[in-house]
Amino acid sequence: MTGQAGGDKGFSPKILVFSTHNISDPGIDLAGSSHMHYPPTVLVTSMPCSSGIKPEWILYAVEKGFDGVFLATDGEECAYLPDCAERTSHIAREAQELLRQKGYEPQRVRMSGICSVCAEPFTNHMKEFSEALKKLGPVRKE
Amino acid sequence: MSDRRIGVYICHCGGNISDYVDVERVREAVQNEPGVVVARTAMFTCSDATQQEIVQDIKERNLDGLVVASCSPKLHLFTFRNAARRAGLNPYQYTQVNIREQCSWTHTDDRDGATEKAIRLIRAGIARTILTEPLEPIIIDTVPKVLVAGGGIAGLRAAIGMADIGISVFLIEKSPAVGGWIGRLEKMYPHGRNGRQLIDKLVDEVKKRENITLFTNAELVEKSGNIGDFNVKIRVSGQGDKKDDITANVGSIIIATGFDSYQPGAGEYGYGIDGVITLPEFKELLDSSDGIPARNGKAIKDVVYIYCVGSRQQPDRENPNLYCSRYCCNAAVHASLLLAEKNPKSHQYHLFRDVRTYGRYELLYSQSREAGSTYLRFGEDDPPAVERCSGGKIKVTVKDLLTFGEEVEIKADIVVLVTGMVPRKNGELVDVLKLPVGRDRFFNEIHPKLRPVETVVDGVFICGACQGPKNSAESVASALAAVTQSASILKKGYVELDPLMASVNPQLCDWCDECVKVCPYSAIEKGEEQGKEVARINKTGCKGCGGCVPVCPREAIDLKGYTDAQIKSMIDGFLKETF
Repeated sequence: MTGQAGGDKGFSPKILVFSTHNISDPGIDLAGSSHMHYPPTVLVTSMPCSSGIKPEWILYAVEKGFDGVFLATDGEECAYLPDCAERTSHIAREAQELLRQKGYEPQRVRMSGICSVCAEPFTNHMKEFSEALKKLGPVRKE
Repeated sequence: MSDRRIGVYICHCGGNISDYVDVERVREAVQNEPGVVVARTAMFTCSDATQQEIVQDIKERNLDGLVVASCSPKLHLFTFRNAARRAGLNPYQYTQVNIREQCSWTHTDDRDGATEKAIRLIRAGIARTILTEPLEPIIIDTVPKVLVAGGGIAGLRAAIGMADIGISVFLIEKSPAVGGWIGRLEKMYPHGRNGRQLIDKLVDEVKKRENITLFTNAELVEKSGNIGDFNVKIRVSGQGDKKDDITANVGSIIIATGFDSYQPGAGEYGYGIDGVITLPEFKELLDSSDGIPARNGKAIKDVVYIYCVGSRQQPDRENPNLYCSRYCCNAAVHASLLLAEKNPKSHQYHLFRDVRTYGRYELLYSQSREAGSTYLRFGEDDPPAVERCSGGKIKVTVKDLLTFGEEVEIKADIVVLVTGMVPRKNGELVDVLKLPVGRDRFFNEIHPKLRPVETVVDGVFICGACQGPKNSAESVASALAAVTQSASILKKGYVELDPLMASVNPQLCDWCDECVKVCPYSAIEKGEEQGKEVARINKTGCKGCGGCVPVCPREAIDLKGYTDAQIKSMIDGFLKETF
């Protein structure tokens, strides 16, 4: 993949996004239907609810080569858990702690509420996160 | 390596994907992935022919896993799950990979990037599929009740339709009276049908039905639950500040909240000058006059219509309405015929960009010309100028493209701005329902052709002009489509939900009760396995949120379909070198 090694100009950070089927995934779909652009190194996987994400998965993703992980959470409208946002932020904090212990920057984990119409906010988040990760450099420094 | 037998199908989507993603390169890159025994591309994977091919492959090659890389699962997850089922493959051994909304369409500017991404997404999909197991769906009983929001012609007709199928209806209308736009109209096309009378007739029908409960001054303020079993809160405003909240349990929701008429800005085609009015204002003026329509005590004789006001706007404006509002040409031509009837001595000038009197409305257009209307065409970059002039007249100057740009000056008694439809301002409702709106800010359906009244929120349907410009006949047709879709769920009596429940590995579990504390559904209880205390998941209580998964200190809980092994193998699949 372009710019995988080294912190060169061509470095395009790989971002893993955990989204949710009913709330954030439709928002991310809408970004596509509206032909909004964000870097193609953003890869989205969707779950029923963001409260089910294991902090260990986030660490695993970073260890395996994702430069950043973004949790697109439901917020208050989660059909499953009213305290979903709270639970997910707890997960994000735990993941940041795991990263810190292993010597990775905790800024590689971000979360934000993305609703089913949040096409533009999502696109902006991806661009900003990508820029922030470029400054941080690739997770694999070899 | 894997001993699974997986089929992978990559869709061109008729160019929607293949214009931006090199699908053949994608196919080559994934065909030798572990577990893959067949990898094909197709112009339209959802077509009958390709589905048939998939079914045949599953049967003949004895496939035990299926991956289709095409559009969002919101569109075709069930299409391909059903194809799998028809072929005898468990539908939960199917994975849909979204390479359209989340790949080709969002990376139209980067073919190599989009192609690489598609490969990564599909590899993760294959990795997930390798670890699937056959599952059976959870059955949920549906509540035989519906909430219809909006009491215009679409909402009223939908309410009656649902009631006649035997579904109880809560019909809510935000304003003090039902009827919407049509309830304010007199003569309509065709046959000179009276809008007010049409609505009165529908209201009578509503009153006759005991299973319809109508609330006016009412709004939907809260919604929770799932398809088949929603809890809604309706806020009814009474006298003064008095507000009552009513809660109801419904199986589905139909949204028929209609449109607003475009409101021209000050000075837009002279709007603000006395005598420059919008199309709805003109129709009201015509409907309310018995004899010759007059304004300020003076008979209306010379009328100028300016078409496409608020529609087909220039893209360089702020938030332009790019769409055609579809009804306004017909409505303006019809209004001009009404005036010609009431005042045969009137002179009417239609300044248009394009006349779109489609279908039978073409007859109206011909009639209006026979009745003396004059049509002048202006260019979008050279709009007519509207000014006040002496004697209470309004001067309109236009370059007529039909006479090679001759400048024409008309002194009019009134100028009618043929205003289009805009989405209603109902931000609160959007917030409550979380319904997606399109670029035009109307509500979005799942698929404009194949699933025109369904939304991404399962169990919530849209109809009428809240979805985009429609005339009343089209609104009613879509209302009845929403009735059919909604009733097909509620009459069946149950919906099938994904069996994506938590499951406990009793070997790892040593019953610390952390999971019990975080489950809001009380779906986890103490059980026993080979003499050992372990957590046990209650299958009807578990909603499959996965909230217990990350809290287990022993990593003993997995969510089916999203297991620890699956997620990790997907991450590996995402990151494998592409070429």
